[in-house]
Amino acid sequence: MTDVAGHGWDASRAALPAWSLPKDAVERISLPSEWPDRVTREWAWGGSTGEGARVCILDSGVEASHPLVGGLDSSVTISVGENDEAIAEEDTEGDVSGHGTACAGIVRALAPGCSLSSVRVLGSSFTGSGGILLAGLRYAIDQEFDVINMSLSTTKKPFAGVLHELADSAYFRRSVLVASAHNMPVESYPWRFSSVISVGSHEEPEPLAFFYNPTPPVEFFGRGVNVEVPWLGGRALTVSGNSFATPHMTAICALILAKHPELTPFQLKSVLYLTATNVGGGR
Amino acid sequence: MTEKTELQAAVAAGVIGSEEAFRGLLVAIVEVARSIFGAKASSILLLDEETEELVFEAVVGEGEEELLGMRFPAGKGIAGWVLATRTPLVIEDVREDPRFATDVAEDTGYVPSGLMAAPLLHDEQSLGVLEVLDRPGASLFSLQEMELLGLFAHQASIAVDLLQKARKASRLLDADSGELQVVARLAASVDKLEDERREAGLRLLGELADTLGE
Repeated sequence: MTDVAGHGWDASRAALPAWSLPKDAVERISLPSEWPDRVTREWAWGGSTGEGARVCILDSGVEASHPLVGGLDSSVTISVGENDEAIAEEDTEGDVSGHGTACAGIVRALAPGCSLSSVRVLGSSFTGSGGILLAGLRYAIDQEFDVINMSLSTTKKPFAGVLHELADSAYFRRSVLVASAHNMPVESYPWRFSSVISVGSHEEPEPLAFFYNPTPPVEFFGRGVNVEVPWLGGRALTVSGNSFATPHMTAICALILAKHPELTPFQLKSVLYLTATNVGGGR
Repeated sequence: MTEKTELQAAVAAGVIGSEEAFRGLLVAIVEVARSIFGAKASSILLLDEETEELVFEAVVGEGEEELLGMRFPAGKGIAGWVLATRTPLVIEDVREDPRFATDVAEDTGYVPSGLMAAPLLHDEQSLGVLEVLDRPGASLFSLQEMELLGLFAHQASIAVDLLQKARKASRLLDADSGELQVVARLAASVDKLEDERREAGLRLLGELADTLGE
């Protein structure tokens, strides 16, 4: 038993303090070295269908009955109450634009076994959309999804601080936030935050091709050009944009986390780096 | 006509003139965008914040006459998504999207088969959407085109910002019940002063502006 400064604090039983590592607690955080000498895609997600990973599509809703979406585990619409609290109700309207359905379809195609849920933050009011976005993200983090797909951003500076806190909170709670980078000359969030996985587009046709960007803020490039996706009314379209590159990276994260659920967002980013097409992905 | 109303008329003429000039600029931007992409049509939709609707503000090409001034809810559809998320996207075969077809296209008889859309962003605001409809079907979309679309949208957003400022000034003039006229009278009075009195008047106004600004 270790008596710290006479306060009777037992380092062997108490939770580790967040800010330091007592000498006799070192053993307790020793991690088994399960990573191979060379991290390959086979090690990272070989054999994984995404089964066990919970993915959230934070967007315009999802058409759950679309055959290329393959059903949802939950579907809610977000509004903001009088005291700024998030209200999540069952979404009876579905997708209000088609975009969320497209994102869900991309994830389903690459990670067919994963659990998909929709959190709709668009469509109810335009002027209140910033507050609803924050409330929706907070709700998704509270639901402890493994991966949250956010193919959208805001340019409103007053929201940046809260978004930053939420992004960090997700990072520490092991919810991976995958966010679209903006390809226009404006400052927008949350993709610029280092606690999220930010995604731009490449033009290659392979869905699992992705590139690590050595000159951030955009960290990865996923497939985002001429992608076939499900759309409203059971249809399919060909689409382009960073917002479609993002669910490709979301799906790859789901595949990896389903096989290696112990990974923290920091470790997941390391695996993504080591298996990127321009790093070790070709091996 | 008194001096007061002369000044007001002059300001109003300037405001009205600038609105027409900025609208012309918007039309010029969509004309160039349509031409560069070899598209059948191009348009700029602006957000009406009061009604939460998107309004076709400038249209060139197919559907031009029917679409101009047409409105639809800003929270829905592809343009609504682009507006709310501030993110550009490109969709081929829009005809396949039943919501798009029933909401806008069937009314006009013009159904596009492809759509590029980028938000018009100014400072922190999302002002509207630039659309380019029906690029030539044979060419696959490229990231270079997305960059180009973004540049047009940036240009359009500056013109839209100016247009909206001109409209706001115009509304203020129309609704003015005296406050604006006080400022106009003050400006006219100072304008009439000469030499030392003019300098003293400007100093006084400068200090007044500092005091009010604190």
